[in-house]
Amino acid sequence: MDRIPILKLGDALLVTIQVDMHDRLATALEEDLTKKIVAHNAHGVLIDISALEIVDSFIGRMLDNIAAVSRVLDAETVVVGMRPAVAITLVELGLSLAGVKTALNVERGMKLIQRRHHVPQSDTDADPAS
Amino acid sequence: MARSPLAALAQLISEQEAVILSDWFQLLAAAGALESGRIREAELRTQCGTFLKGFRMALADGSTDTNTAAYGAVRENLAEISRSRAIQGFSPTETAMFVFSLKEPVFKAVNRADKLGATEIAHLVRQLTLILDALGLYTMDVYQKSREQVIIRQQREISELSTPVVKLWDGILALPLIGTLDSERTQVVMENLLQTIVDQGAEIAIIDITGVPTVDTLTAQHLLKTVAAARLMGADCIVSGIRPQIAQTMVHLGVELNVISKATLADAFAVALKRMSKTVVSVKTVAQG
Repeated sequence: MDRIPILKLGDALLVTIQVDMHDRLATALEEDLTKKIVAHNAHGVLIDISALEIVDSFIGRMLDNIAAVSRVLDAETVVVGMRPAVAITLVELGLSLAGVKTALNVERGMKLIQRRHHVPQSDTDADPAS
Repeated sequence: MARSPLAALAQLISEQEAVILSDWFQLLAAAGALESGRIREAELRTQCGTFLKGFRMALADGSTDTNTAAYGAVRENLAEISRSRAIQGFSPTETAMFVFSLKEPVFKAVNRADKLGATEIAHLVRQLTLILDALGLYTMDVYQKSREQVIIRQQREISELSTPVVKLWDGILALPLIGTLDSERTQVVMENLLQTIVDQGAEIAIIDITGVPTVDTLTAQHLLKTVAAARLMGADCIVSGIRPQIAQTMVHLGVELNVISKATLADAFAVALKRMSKTVVSVKTVAQG
């Protein structure tokens, strides 16, 4: 069965979704990711979905689930590179992914993870929206 | 009389065409068709002449149903006239009167014809009324359609004009919204904003609603959708320009905007700069420092 590769990048994990997500693949990814977070003691998970053109409510929920599981394991999930059409679809589906951090691209997502992990207390300008 | 009564009427109109035309034209002029200066006298005369000629030829065919092919030319002519009137800004009454005012001159002409008996006249008048009423209604249909087209075109233009996304600084976008936010416009605004966020790699988008006249629960929902979509793309949104009255209405309605909101665009911009670790200082301070 196909699996989506999970790369270790410093103390974060990088997942790049480049194929159409079907439900089995999504479930497998969730499982793999959970194991890898524990195995590598990762503090951040970057999910790059810039190649993803179609989302449904299942994928939306999967992203939310991954974020929730990662949070339990003390890793922060950042979804990066979402396409405008995908964003609109998710909003119309009523999935605003409240528990997930987002960034425009992998670079910024990485910065976000590093900033939160290394200097968690220095951010005085608390963001009420997040 | 071997021919149908309507064909006889056509003959009658043809004989008295000049009188009918001048009567009709006088009626139109008396009703104020020329007063506004939107149409010239010669133009109106040509329109009257063309219509009466077409009408007479259609009558010669002997049918009272205005949907038949015999009336094709008349209907086309009428459509042309009412379309141009709709664009020239004539009122519905003025446009409809063009056809309806033809009744009287034609009735007079029928009465003048000494060959006809009372029953025949009554019959003709009834049929004429039916035909002219149908044509008058057709005029109104076309008039209405033309007006609708004008409105649709203007709506499209407004929605294109009023949803610009402007760049305030590297990574800071502003979206000054003007006019009512309905779901169709929200879609356009959202698509514009999200695409610009991708194109420019923006981190912060300021949605300024100074130009939005009212904010009800639906508008708020549309705003929140836009904010949520921008957040999914990885950009933060700040809503600015909520007027005091609107803020009060929103609170009374129980509308909650769970986003950062600032009173003015300037405040929002200041917050955005601070977020990006940038600051605005006066030149003097820099020189001294």
